[in-house]
Amino acid sequence: MTLLPEPGTLGGEPVIAAPASRQRLLRRLLKDPVAAVSLAILGLVVLASAAAPLLTAHDPAGSNVAHALAPAGGAHPLGTDGVGRDVLARLLYGGRTSLLGTALATAVAVLLGVPLGLVAGYFRGWFDGVASWSANLVMSVPAIILLLVVLGSVGQNTYVAMAVFGLLMAPGVFRLVRGLVNAVREELYVDAARVSGLSDGRIIRRHILRVVQAPVIIQAVQILGIGILIQSGLEFLGLGSSGKASWGAMLNDAFGNIYTKPVLLLWPGLAIGLTVAASGLLGNALTDALFGGAAGRSRKRRSAKPVKRSVGEDRPTSLPLPRLSGDELLVVEDLKVTYPKDDGETIVVDRVGLTVRRGEVLGLVGESGSGKSQTAFAVLGLLPAEARTTARRLVFDGTELGTSDRGRTRQALRGRRIGYVPQEPMSNLDPSFRIGSQLAEPMRRHLGLSRSEAKEKALALLERVGIADPARVYTSYPHQISGGMAQRVLIAAAVSCDPDLLVADEPTTALDVTVQAEVLDLMRSLQQERRMGMILVTHDFGVVADICDRVAVMQNGRIVEAAPARDLFAAPTHPYTRMLLDSTLEDSEPRRPLGTTGTEQGADA
Amino acid sequence: MISFLTRRLLSGVVLVAVISALTFVLMSMTGTDTARNLAGATATAQQVAQKKTELGLDRPVAAQYTDWLGSALRGDLGRSWAGGDSVAASLSDKLPVTLSIVIGGLLLSAILSVLLGVGAAVRGGLLDRAVQLLAVIGFAVPSFLMALVLALFVGVRWRMLPATGYTAFSESPSLWLQSIILPSVSLAVGAIAATAQQIRSAMADVLRLDYVRTLRSRGLSSRSLLLRHALRNAAPSALTVLTLQFIGLVGGAVVVEKVFGLAGIGSLANTAASNGDTPLLMGVVVVMVALVVVVNLLLDVAQGWLNPKVRVA
Repeated sequence: MTLLPEPGTLGGEPVIAAPASRQRLLRRLLKDPVAAVSLAILGLVVLASAAAPLLTAHDPAGSNVAHALAPAGGAHPLGTDGVGRDVLARLLYGGRTSLLGTALATAVAVLLGVPLGLVAGYFRGWFDGVASWSANLVMSVPAIILLLVVLGSVGQNTYVAMAVFGLLMAPGVFRLVRGLVNAVREELYVDAARVSGLSDGRIIRRHILRVVQAPVIIQAVQILGIGILIQSGLEFLGLGSSGKASWGAMLNDAFGNIYTKPVLLLWPGLAIGLTVAASGLLGNALTDALFGGAAGRSRKRRSAKPVKRSVGEDRPTSLPLPRLSGDELLVVEDLKVTYPKDDGETIVVDRVGLTVRRGEVLGLVGESGSGKSQTAFAVLGLLPAEARTTARRLVFDGTELGTSDRGRTRQALRGRRIGYVPQEPMSNLDPSFRIGSQLAEPMRRHLGLSRSEAKEKALALLERVGIADPARVYTSYPHQISGGMAQRVLIAAAVSCDPDLLVADEPTTALDVTVQAEVLDLMRSLQQERRMGMILVTHDFGVVADICDRVAVMQNGRIVEAAPARDLFAAPTHPYTRMLLDSTLEDSEPRRPLGTTGTEQGADA
Repeated sequence: MISFLTRRLLSGVVLVAVISALTFVLMSMTGTDTARNLAGATATAQQVAQKKTELGLDRPVAAQYTDWLGSALRGDLGRSWAGGDSVAASLSDKLPVTLSIVIGGLLLSAILSVLLGVGAAVRGGLLDRAVQLLAVIGFAVPSFLMALVLALFVGVRWRMLPATGYTAFSESPSLWLQSIILPSVSLAVGAIAATAQQIRSAMADVLRLDYVRTLRSRGLSSRSLLLRHALRNAAPSALTVLTLQFIGLVGGAVVVEKVFGLAGIGSLANTAASNGDTPLLMGVVVVMVALVVVVNLLLDVAQGWLNPKVRVA
């Protein structure tokens, strides 16, 4: 007796979307094979039950002990049960009981849940409080227990039981509707309607019901299935209306004859299973059709817009690589990253080549969507699983890394010899673990430190990155510290195992302007102190001017210009670089001088 | 955290009180004349009236309820009208049976849904499709039908496990385990399906988050990444679903007990309801609701332990 928790809203708040027009919806539903088969099964069950008298001449209640447990065939296409009743007749007439009962339950649940949910969600106040409290109360009691009590008091009656069951399912509908109304009443167009003097009744009818409609239909379809389950359970216990054919009663009879004729389980079991599965799957298909379920929830990828290219434009862009001098930390040649899409593939990084020497800072500059972050992630081997990466060479400190993201070589280097500083400080710390444990875990793994050694080193690191109270931050959870501090923690984590290369993806973009300069200074001083090579992804030429030795400018997945920072600022050759530089210089103020590594106070923590 | 748990405990107590009152009122509205049934068909009107006084049925319902509540709070749940046995004794006699299969089902659900859900989210492919299929089957096949099929094949045909009966743990732990496996599995299938599905989507969501990429950038082992970090963050929503599923498990036990011939709380509830035996039914309802409250409270504690924002606040 499994009750789905709020069907249709599994995994979070109900989705709000304008329902598609009815005709298009039906067409889309029928295109989905699962929905079409489900609809066909449900239709067949309904038709067969309705046409029961036409399909069989037997009386579902007419027992004949002389013919008990007759095999299938002849006058009884599916045989007879323990007291000689025709199985087919009981199956068909039983369908009527099941369908009517569950329809009744669904009607009660919807007729009760929708208006109460509308009122509670729209008007709120004390009514909302009382209704929500009662709903939670009812939902935390096993339905079948209350049904036993009710049936104990009114006697055995399937329809009364199902009406009460509808009552018990109403809180689910209530909570769904209330949630939807709560969300939509804040929408601008509802506000506008209120301001323009529309009465509450008309607002509910014209705007709010429209939003509530689709999710309620989906949930009703699911309740239909659950109702059949619970009803058959009650009938199996012998608590249904006596003398009425039903699937649950058939199972009860099959249970009595399980040693002599177990095949009796098959037909009612199939009927229940198929009907309920069909209603469940139809509910899912409806959700998909109405809200574009699977498609809407598909993978999201940050800042990589599709690149369209005409043939003529396809000139070789591999810039002449700087002569390899032998002390290169990282050499990338012909790096290409693509994502599959319906018709072919989207190229987000196209034949990119770059090198980073020890102690050198390479700026990777471009607008969002230019492929600079994707390039950085490709170097780290941290692209999403669906990305395809190829490269002629991807060499780190003399070792070819290969392009398989999950390769052993890469895994061994990550964290140990290549560090990564992300963009958004707050979303890049695991919210469930203390800062200290997040800092210590990689050090214990890579450097083989003991618990106390790791703690000591983590505290020293926190102090080094300018955190005033390392001991407190060490035992804090991420939600207890400020964004600036979180970014310092992330920098500390990135350099904790003394990497040779640091990849920083817009490390200051998400920070307050005042904190930006401090964090940048910190990174520069750490980089110089440890002679790390660094790839700094940014869209900000101010940042480039501050700390980069060389710059590569990216556009549409390609490097259009690469030069020492000084040369690039003095004489940009590519028109795109000039455009970027112009737009940067016009509206930016001169940055304040370097060398003031401040210590941030955790005032807002 | 403490105040949060106190609030939950209080609302649990209120729940037990409200449901017991509701049950009492419903039972007092019963259409059948309980006193006549108990006194017997041949009883005179005077004997029936005497029975009524004896049971206290001639007094107002509110007074009857406060009487019951007063004794219940002192630990006295009264005596069954039908057999005269002490309700508390019957309950403590049957409770171990139901607890065994319900807790067994809960543990099975928790363990298997984590394995299946994590596997489906990480591996995808065939395992993922199997979990999706299981979700449909688990939703569509009622637990007692699953029980019938398991009893028929595993119990009767293949004789691998007993199809009926219960052995107390104190008698023989191994036989006890054998006797609760099939009922627990039948109960758990639906809960596993729903919870595994939830863990699968929660894991998939967490694995897409920024901090997982950052953790990966630190070269952590995939075991630590998946089981320490991702699962920890996916667990709260799975626990919420498991809490709801447990309510279904308790309800399902009532029917499943019948299939396996287990003399548990479910069968007691069934007899009490059909006999109009108010004291016995009251006892059953209170124990069942209390069970739900206690397990929910434990899951709340687990929730608080998992989510530092709840714990520290």
